[in-house]
Amino acid sequence: MSTIQADPAPPSDPLQEEGSTGRAGDSIFRGLATGAGMIIMLALAGVAIFLVLQSIPALGASGEQAYGADNIVVYIWPLLFGTVLAAVIALVIAAPLSIGVALVISHYAPRRIARLLGYLIDLLAAVPSVVYGLWGRETLQGWVFPIYDWLHDNLGFLPFFEGPVTTGRTILTAGVVLAVMALPIITALCREVFLQTPVMHQEAALALGATRWEMIRMAVFPYARSGITSAVMLGLGRALGETMAVALVLSASGIVTFNLISSQNPSTIAANIALNYANASGTKVNVLIAGGLVLFLVTFAVNFLGRYLAARGRAKA
Amino acid sequence: MAKSIDVSDLNIYYGDFLAVSGVNMTVKARQVTAFIGPSGCGKSTVLRTLNRMHEVIPGARVEGKVVVDGQSLYDPSVDPVAVRRQIGMVFQRPNPFPTMSIYDNVLAGNKLNARKMKKSEADDIVERSLKGANLWNEVKDRLSKPGMGLSGGQQQRLCIARAIAVRPQVLLMDEPCSALDPISTSAIEDLIHELKSEYTIVIVTHNMQQAARVSDDTGFFNLKATGEPGQLVEFNPTKKMFTNPDNEATEAYISGRFG
Repeated sequence: MSTIQADPAPPSDPLQEEGSTGRAGDSIFRGLATGAGMIIMLALAGVAIFLVLQSIPALGASGEQAYGADNIVVYIWPLLFGTVLAAVIALVIAAPLSIGVALVISHYAPRRIARLLGYLIDLLAAVPSVVYGLWGRETLQGWVFPIYDWLHDNLGFLPFFEGPVTTGRTILTAGVVLAVMALPIITALCREVFLQTPVMHQEAALALGATRWEMIRMAVFPYARSGITSAVMLGLGRALGETMAVALVLSASGIVTFNLISSQNPSTIAANIALNYANASGTKVNVLIAGGLVLFLVTFAVNFLGRYLAARGRAKA
Repeated sequence: MAKSIDVSDLNIYYGDFLAVSGVNMTVKARQVTAFIGPSGCGKSTVLRTLNRMHEVIPGARVEGKVVVDGQSLYDPSVDPVAVRRQIGMVFQRPNPFPTMSIYDNVLAGNKLNARKMKKSEADDIVERSLKGANLWNEVKDRLSKPGMGLSGGQQQRLCIARAIAVRPQVLLMDEPCSALDPISTSAIEDLIHELKSEYTIVIVTHNMQQAARVSDDTGFFNLKATGEPGQLVEFNPTKKMFTNPDNEATEAYISGRFG
């Protein structure tokens, strides 16, 4: 009975009366919650349909319409490569750093310093990406330039550091900026998981004579493994989709190379769309949207992979 | 191996809060010493100061002396990690490492001593420790299975095996049977009897019959008054404690007139 009781019967059964008002509240809330859930599904489906429909005309694009590429695949492939490369660089830098910072906050620093550090990290997340972009373009590229020179001189035999070093605005710099941007989210999630490690397992390790680091390896990491995986995957998601920072930092020429410090750099899908969309017309618009579809699919896949790994880790524990 | 513990004028704090004050006692080597008393009177707190696990809690600190075999545990030159390697501990709730097999759980403490072990040596330690904890026959065919797959009583004996695998001088037990059924409890009590030939054992228990059954000496803790710190009311041989205690409060507690 979800309607209000009309009959003026005396409230002889308090249980039932309470139950019926409770049910009305329940069904209203269930409706709202279901509606919210549905809207998310609809929005996602809408985005997917839009991307697919708009991408179809791009399938036949070539030459001038596809920005000089023979076909859409040849056009998007280097962008996809650049997107993944920049994101991977970002993660290689950000993941160990974030785990370290999260450990300092959760297990090493005195409580007051830990809290302050936590706030600062959260503040990093609040800085708009365009600011990171400007910082990378104006400041960071100057700082890294001598480092790249050094890398080229000493590690130039590695394909990553072939050079020549003529600019600081390379894919490596973009990766560093992305790392700084992914750091807060990975750190915040890792910190939460680390703090939830059961005290009894930590004490078990300590009582055996473990040092703090040994305790962390024995009790905290095994417990947090799946959480760390999801955190890193979410950070990867952020790095993959980041637009403004990369567009500002990177001096892109759209090639495929593992040379991280030359002036010839792969671009990323998101940055490429941002830089070209304003001047695009006709099929070029569809070509750019097709790039967006690819990015959509990649981030989707990364998220699913992250969830799968996290779930598998949990089942084992 | 087994050593005695001398505690003198021990005050234990959580931050500014004085939890236990003025504890003096001598825990004899190769004997079982039981701590009894009502909840919240500081039994476990005192136990945790004996291997410096107390200070794991932020803000916790200690005044006074705990001397094991002539060595003061709270001397500034003493590393708490080294203390805990000498003085093993078993907790109220069984806490095997969830991601480790039975085998690895037993060896967890040994692996901390960085030294590389030969496989045969490791096998020997596992077998000796599990036999020592009366668990070998039940698990010898599934050593590679996770420790969490065992029953509560088996898990607790696994934790005891893990504690004795490093051959500590003293074994501290913090209500080791309170989460177990009577059969597992009896298995652990039998084990305590066997272990005392090699180890000095201190056990905190809520169960006075258990204290009477397993211990040689008993310490009775109580709060001075509500809101006051806990204190050691009486420390005597268990027999005397349960038949003719010195202190009226002890007698009241043991006979069930209070607490």
